[in-house]
Amino acid sequence: MAEATKPPFSQPPASNEDWRPSASPEALRLRAELLSRLRGYFAEQGVLEVETPLLASAGVTDPHIPSFTVVDTDSSQRHRYLNTSPEFAMKRLLAAGIGPIYQICKAFRRGEIGRHHNPEFTLLEWYRPGFDHHRLMRDVDSLVKVLMAGKVELGESQFITYHECFQQSLGIDPHTATAKNLRVCAQENAVPEVCGLADDERDAWLDILMSHCIQPHLGQGHLCFVYHYPESQAALARIQPGNPPVAERFELFHEGVELANGFHELQHADEQRQRFEAELVQRRAEGQEPMIIDERLLSALHSGLPDCAGVALGMDRLQMVLTKENRIKDVLAFDYLRS
Amino acid sequence: MANFATNEFKNGLKVMVDNDPCSMIDVDMVKPGKGQAFTRVKLRNLISGRVVERTYKSGESLPGADVMDTDMQYLYNDGEFWYFMHPETFEQVGADAAAIGDQNKWLKEQDMCEVTTWNDRPIAIATPNFVELRITETDPGLKGDTAQGGIKPATLETGAVVRVPLFIEVDEMIKVDTRNGEYVGRVKS
Repeated sequence: MAEATKPPFSQPPASNEDWRPSASPEALRLRAELLSRLRGYFAEQGVLEVETPLLASAGVTDPHIPSFTVVDTDSSQRHRYLNTSPEFAMKRLLAAGIGPIYQICKAFRRGEIGRHHNPEFTLLEWYRPGFDHHRLMRDVDSLVKVLMAGKVELGESQFITYHECFQQSLGIDPHTATAKNLRVCAQENAVPEVCGLADDERDAWLDILMSHCIQPHLGQGHLCFVYHYPESQAALARIQPGNPPVAERFELFHEGVELANGFHELQHADEQRQRFEAELVQRRAEGQEPMIIDERLLSALHSGLPDCAGVALGMDRLQMVLTKENRIKDVLAFDYLRS
Repeated sequence: MANFATNEFKNGLKVMVDNDPCSMIDVDMVKPGKGQAFTRVKLRNLISGRVVERTYKSGESLPGADVMDTDMQYLYNDGEFWYFMHPETFEQVGADAAAIGDQNKWLKEQDMCEVTTWNDRPIAIATPNFVELRITETDPGLKGDTAQGGIKPATLETGAVVRVPLFIEVDEMIKVDTRNGEYVGRVKS
């Protein structure tokens, strides 16, 4: 009967009269303390706090990131998008020569709801001109240690490539394995049957292995940075030429939870446009709604984005792992079902 | 039956998987920051009781299962089937031993219980959380020993054996929690 006593996260709250917060007062106080600590860290480092619009005229083309559309009957454009991350606007500030910046804001992603997902969540995003992804990983490491100081004992941080992760955990090369190899590997490692995934969706099979077999073990008792993702998963990161070429992208994991994603930022406007257009083609093929390419971002890249690295860190999840909560709603004043 | 897409998956949803009706008991989204979204589901097979885990690509769907829970009155057992009656329509259904499972030890004629049907066929029953049953056999009670916490086995009219305090006697009615088979208290007559 243990299942009956555990309130399932995916069920709505008992009624509309359930007006109480989803987080405890302690959780809300801890959030305030974390925000104050991180503002202190960036003030000391000379990184400027900025704010950019949450209502954007262009959304993201990434087929895996669904935007909320907001109707605006008073404007000629008719609708806007709630920002899924402040990345594009912050890059325009960087191109304007603002220098190192950070932002704490809400980001919105439609349909993302689960133990570690709320459709509205808090991101800390920052950019460091002159840094590459290696230097930025060290910066993330210092900041997270400042936030966790006196709360969690952390072992020595681990820096490991995506390739090493797959080799060590599964004995497979993520850059050369075929989709079929990856599917067989998933079966051999007792991944529950995956329904609806074609044999040729190589990146999705990599995601399955990463999320089911590798990620749960990452960063147990320490911070774990995984870097040099496959070229096909570069998103907005630069590609480092080589054999194989790899994306200058990293992620941070702690206690098996994905906390941050960073890039040595792609500066090249034409390459960025090609990636956006490829994503639109993929959207069309999957029958998803078309999106507008953010031309202002591309103009900013044309005019020149300084060499920089940037990262987004999920504040809600960081707090979850700090206090060992296993549901995101435990750290939100009001989760989506109570909002 | 309607189809349910991954964004409609939730605990308690009844769907068809491998031709058997299943109930979702745990649903979670798995999604890397940059990558494909999946929904991970634990499903209880309502026929076999076994739990299976599946991962669905976002946008996939499953056919719903025509599964209904109805409160019905238990009538009798003819050796092969246990018969239940709908209290308003008086419609009767017969459940086989597989559907009854180990619940028969709490089943008393005239009691209400929840009958789960799939395509109108009973596949499971749930007795109430608390039932009141008569004791048919137990060692003689010890007078005056109401404060000391002694325990002895007692057989109930349905055949179930529960542990009761020493002062309980044959023919007494007791209240039992069917979820853990524990004695709750004496029923005052």
